[in-house]
Amino acid sequence: MSAILNGVFEPGFFASEPVRVAVVVGGAVALVSAVVGVFTVIRGQSFAGHSLGDLGTTGGSGAFLVRANPLWGFVVFAILGAGAMELFGTRRPRARDMATGIVLGAGLGIAALFLYLGTTESSTTGATVTILFGSMFVIRASMIPVFALLSVLALAIVALLYRPLLLSAVSEDIAHARGVPVRVVGVLYLLAMAVAVSLSCVTIGAILSTAVLIGPAAAALRLTKRPGLAIAWAVVIGLAVTWLGILLAYDSYYWPPTGRGWPVSFFVVALILVVYLLADLASRNKERRAGARALAASKGLSGRARPSESPAMGAG
Amino acid sequence: MFSGFMANAWIVATMVAVVAGVVGFFTVLRGSAFVAHAVPQAGFAGAAGAALIGVSTLAGLGTFAVISALSIGLLGKRGRHDAVTALALVFMLGLGALFLSWSEEYASATYALLFGEVLGVSSNEVLATAVLGVVCISAVVILYRPLLLASVMPEVAEARGVRTHRMEMCFLVVVALVTTMSVPVVGALLMFSLMVGAPGAARSFTDKPLGALCLSVGISMAIVWIAIAASYATNWPVGFFVGVLGAVFFIAGRGWVAWRRSAGRADDAEHVATGPVQLATATGTGGERT
Repeated sequence: MSAILNGVFEPGFFASEPVRVAVVVGGAVALVSAVVGVFTVIRGQSFAGHSLGDLGTTGGSGAFLVRANPLWGFVVFAILGAGAMELFGTRRPRARDMATGIVLGAGLGIAALFLYLGTTESSTTGATVTILFGSMFVIRASMIPVFALLSVLALAIVALLYRPLLLSAVSEDIAHARGVPVRVVGVLYLLAMAVAVSLSCVTIGAILSTAVLIGPAAAALRLTKRPGLAIAWAVVIGLAVTWLGILLAYDSYYWPPTGRGWPVSFFVVALILVVYLLADLASRNKERRAGARALAASKGLSGRARPSESPAMGAG
Repeated sequence: MFSGFMANAWIVATMVAVVAGVVGFFTVLRGSAFVAHAVPQAGFAGAAGAALIGVSTLAGLGTFAVISALSIGLLGKRGRHDAVTALALVFMLGLGALFLSWSEEYASATYALLFGEVLGVSSNEVLATAVLGVVCISAVVILYRPLLLASVMPEVAEARGVRTHRMEMCFLVVVALVTTMSVPVVGALLMFSLMVGAPGAARSFTDKPLGALCLSVGISMAIVWIAIAASYATNWPVGFFVGVLGAVFFIAGRGWVAWRRSAGRADDAEHVATGPVQLATATGTGGERT
């Protein structure tokens, strides 16, 4: 029995302090990202979610340049970026897409400058790698209270705005008619996303930040159409892939070809892709069965109905 | 400033600017900025993999760019397009991180792919860029009308027998090719800024598709030339100037629109009303609106 356990969990997994911090912080980040991410996917703001992470990276390199705490660099730049997107963007999705792109392009340019100035002045080239790819095993335990506070802030915004957010995602006109301040709700949501994304960016890196924001939520929304259930699924998937990814990265320490261990980010994104493809397959099967049933019931009259796209949450 | 290795830089950058202006115009029209951001970064993973097994960077870049573009097109047909793009992007980046962790030496050459190395372009690269550039431009010229129609009014295009999904796949492959030609010389991040900034600005100045296309190429070339000159003078990265200039041109375009709007409401009403009609007449349809 213990041989099997040792095979799955390399000796020392539970005793290692960095692993324990990674499991706690990674889990918290995955949880917050999954909840926020469900709304990101429903509202079709994946690009903004990813861009806020890259903008946070710009802030991180800026903070590195002036020797400030990187966390504040991430948070401040992500919020500034969210504000700029809101300023340029309109309600039309394509214009919003372009505005996001412009802000992202400018942010990446500034990041290039910060990294250039930072690396030529202090010659610590490793910083580029850490900032871009992040590492869960370098989190300091003393930062945990700040993370917890900001996570609660992001979750509180989403919880308070739950109904108006869903309503304005389904139809801005209906939300407007019902007296929902659509613009304010949008700005507040962007703020929550900026906080959540910058937190995940500083702890687990820009790649994983987008992965845990969009991946579990997208997979969950293939499994169910009900928002509450989708949030629960997303949280379960997010926690599972993050913890499994950490475990595999720890186990991979002696794997070929280098004997240095494989990166956590690879394991997590690979697991997320597998889960999404399985969820896609499951929803396709469900559709086919529902389609066959409808066909049998109506004797071929229900031709082109597509059960996966309810009017409430049509594919964006 | 124009001699030796700098001559190659000017030639390559101009070619990249023309292609970015043309393909970027459709990227912005279709709302595919996220794809234009994701595909070059996926190519980055391919380049890291190619460096690992010792084959040509261009081959790895091209393979991964085309694979990611096609899988976005296929998965996006059923799921939410932007979420699928995000998934493809992070998976490819994760793969890139894995390849980098496998390679023994410090992979500074691979990092150059992110931010570009326009000031160190060899003559061979100039040739490869030129060939791929011609392929991309001819593809856009051949597909011009159906692609424009499918981008602006998908329903009308569908009714007129244009296969919009096939059109999208073609467009994605063109984006992948553009990526392959541009990333080794200007970097993934810079190419993205160019493909969104220039056409985004151009669309504020004119509604005519062909006019906006030409203006997009012009602005794109202006951005690149100013950026290289400024980078040569200050030694700061080219990507910084391209990104910031893209935003500056875009803001100027928005300012122009706001100024026109305040200049006269009647004028503005005419301006708005003729927009879709001009696009429609240019694509050979009536004045149908979607």
